[in-house]
Amino acid sequence: MLDLLGDVLKRARERGATAADAFLVEDRAFSAQVRLGRVDTVKHAREQHLSLRVFSGKSAAAASTSDFSRTSVERLVDEAVSLSRITAPDELSGLPEASGLAREIPALDLDDPTGHDLSPEEKIDLARRCEAAALGADPRITNSEGGDFADRRARYAYAASHGFAAEYGTSSFSLSASPVASENGHMQRDGWYHVTRKRARLDSPEEIGKTAARRALRRLGARQVKTARVPVVFDPEMAASLVRHVAGAVAGPSLYRGASFLLDKLGQQIAAPGVTIIDDGTISGGLGSRPFDGEGLPVLRTVVVDKGVLTSYLLDTYSGRKLGMASTHHAARDGSGVTVGTTNLYLAKGAADPKDLIGSVKQGLYVTELIGFGVNGVTGDYSRGAVGMWIDNGELAYPVEEITIAGNLLDMLRAIEGVGNDLVFRDRTAAPTVLVGRMTVAGA
Amino acid sequence: MTTNKLARPERFFEDRFGLTSSALERLLGSHLAGRVDHADLFLEYRVSEELTLEEGAVKKASRHVSQGAGIRAQSGERTGYAHTDDLALPNLEEAARQARAIADQTSASTAVAIGPGRPHDLYTLAEPPVNAALDRKVALLLKMDAAARALDPRVKQVIASLGSEDVVVLIATPSGWTVGDVRPLTRLNVTVIVEENGKREIGTYGGGGRVPFDFFLEADRGEADRGEADRWRRYTSEAVRQATIKLHAVEAPAGEMTVVLGPGWPGILLHEAVGHGLEGDFNRKQTSAFSGRMGQKVASELVTVIDDGTIANRRGSLNVDDEGIPTRRNVLIEKGVLVGYMQDRLNARLMGGEPTGNGRRESYAHQPMPRMTNTFMLAGQDDPADIIRSVPHGLYAVNFGGGQVDITNGKFVFSASEAYLIEDGKVTRPVKGATLIGSGPEALTRVSRVGHDLKLDEGVGTCGKDGQSVPVGVGLPTIRIDGITVGGTQV
Repeated sequence: MLDLLGDVLKRARERGATAADAFLVEDRAFSAQVRLGRVDTVKHAREQHLSLRVFSGKSAAAASTSDFSRTSVERLVDEAVSLSRITAPDELSGLPEASGLAREIPALDLDDPTGHDLSPEEKIDLARRCEAAALGADPRITNSEGGDFADRRARYAYAASHGFAAEYGTSSFSLSASPVASENGHMQRDGWYHVTRKRARLDSPEEIGKTAARRALRRLGARQVKTARVPVVFDPEMAASLVRHVAGAVAGPSLYRGASFLLDKLGQQIAAPGVTIIDDGTISGGLGSRPFDGEGLPVLRTVVVDKGVLTSYLLDTYSGRKLGMASTHHAARDGSGVTVGTTNLYLAKGAADPKDLIGSVKQGLYVTELIGFGVNGVTGDYSRGAVGMWIDNGELAYPVEEITIAGNLLDMLRAIEGVGNDLVFRDRTAAPTVLVGRMTVAGA
Repeated sequence: MTTNKLARPERFFEDRFGLTSSALERLLGSHLAGRVDHADLFLEYRVSEELTLEEGAVKKASRHVSQGAGIRAQSGERTGYAHTDDLALPNLEEAARQARAIADQTSASTAVAIGPGRPHDLYTLAEPPVNAALDRKVALLLKMDAAARALDPRVKQVIASLGSEDVVVLIATPSGWTVGDVRPLTRLNVTVIVEENGKREIGTYGGGGRVPFDFFLEADRGEADRGEADRWRRYTSEAVRQATIKLHAVEAPAGEMTVVLGPGWPGILLHEAVGHGLEGDFNRKQTSAFSGRMGQKVASELVTVIDDGTIANRRGSLNVDDEGIPTRRNVLIEKGVLVGYMQDRLNARLMGGEPTGNGRRESYAHQPMPRMTNTFMLAGQDDPADIIRSVPHGLYAVNFGGGQVDITNGKFVFSASEAYLIEDGKVTRPVKGATLIGSGPEALTRVSRVGHDLKLDEGVGTCGKDGQSVPVGVGLPTIRIDGITVGGTQV
């Protein structure tokens, strides 16, 4: 892989590029889906992708290909170099300073070489057991969208013309179930899942299936509620979506374009004191961990929000220069060049037992699912469809649906009155249960 | 890459990868023929290009090539799917073996032969948009930037982007039947950020389709009487108009009320409220809120909903779907009665119907499933102005962001990016942050007025399902819905 990258960079220079970097990913994936106990789909995949960024002086361009044949790679280089001649020069463009590049590649334990040893039949069986546990949990589980097992192994390599070349491998394994519950002619679907880098650490299929069934069952009999302003408790999965909105607003490109509700808020109190948000790419075995970022800079642990105070943006080299700051090593690669991406992003756990957070609410909403895209990143205006449980005198009383929750993200962050102690990493972004003091719930 | 090569998909894969029709026939015949209910090979070669302007200059330019093959084998309800981006024959053979492995475990039932049908010719272009000269594209983006800033001094940031692609596909089955398609697609988008007294807002607009680059430089045909300027200029002024209106928008009301939807893009309501629920897979699995309701009344009798993949040059149109079936005009709801599902081969076979040209996939790396093409409601009788006058108090929504639906319970959401209060039959103040939430099986039963002004959207829609994105179109005349929940903040 590194040889190919070396050739590409050499060729780019020969074609007139003054600097360049290139990223390569190769992966093999397998997935099995079982529905109502029978095999539905089995999928094998093999993919590779090479992306190149070139600089002609201060002008940049990018190209990518999935064809690694000699002619194709030559065409890739030619196209990137000729594209860079039509883009406008930008004084701030370029590779990061060579002095900042990762000097050693930390061992982050992202690979599970023996985890892939299962036969397709054994993998299908994991999916089957997972779905079976959901189907068998209760007679009201009457249908299913399936049980899924998927695994993937990938290798990433990065090289830059000012002297960097490194690669690493990763594994991932996931298992999920999506049962349908029905009662009185009404259906409700929900699901549960687990994703890990080590197969041995996957939750048991039975545990995932049962949780999925419990989630679908608790939605049965859902109804609308009357429009009201009430406290809203976000379950951990939904609280994580709030953390993603914060990350989007503190990403360099959103800031230098003026497209962020957190513009000019560095150093200010943007959230309640109980809110600390961290992005940490160095967690051993973490789903979002990586040894270096998309520009070869070592990954870090970044405190984005410290006790409610916005303490750091998320920057790559270019957006950092635009804002007069240093990169926070959050460059991510896509085919079009470099963007900003998070690693393992989380809201640090608080002291509250989630039961106590719910218990503190007289009338309010416990949100378990959000749908729709009603978030304005520029103003922070927020309005999304919601599903959950109505809280009556501190108890989860009955399921609700066909409602929305609305407010403004900045107001919501400041109105966080409680943070749970139940932080678990199920995905690259995680959060514990969160209580937001007041939002508008729209219903009948 | 030259245009004429792409115009003939069979020759393209033969010339570039040595995949002759006899080689493909041998590959499919030896590995898949006779063992399965259906098998096919999907070859794809995609070239795409993106140019982005920000801060007054085109600073981002990129070009991407991807290629690959997906091989599928189906027995009963089972699908084996293997895909690879290495198109060498031995590699395709390995993929065929992997796809077949799953189907081997059962014997094939009687396969239903589906004739090739006559493909359309909906978007043959003299020059695909990806091939148009780069300097012309750069010049257009610069003009949009200048036009936006000239329109209003409050414009602080302009981000304009032009994306184009050309995709060659070839679908082959073990019986030796092959069909190809060459699919151009382009989209021009402009986002502006405006600022007034420290308050910022965003507006975004765009359009496109399976059209040449010059499409953006032309005025809309048929709208000349409205004095419409060139498309790129109209997109720009729309983005600025939407952003500046939002600067003074009041908080959206919350609760159930009468809603009037404007023509065109608000057709996303149909896509979310009924379209997904009428896709064959959910109905075969009986996980749709519309399952088992064929022949029943699911909407007001004023409502007829069509999915039509055959409209020339539209973003959602296709000559053949991704299983090689020619697209068609399918009536889904006729005068309020559910009359049709959208089907791919698998679900049609298992449900005893026929494929409807709705088998679509994002790329070779994805297996097909039933998807919408261009989904719209037929025009009615009413004057749009009368419809608004008929509402004492409600919401008039004319532009939307995205939408989403939970198929199983039919609850759908979509977010208005431009909406106004209706007070005493008049459109008054703009509101911000209005999300509409409703129940699919109920929403269209509450349609009480349908305008005569059917319009299709500008050509920017992308639909996500099971992690796969495909381009789609929507359309709607002005309609009145008596009672839908509006999710705002104003109680």
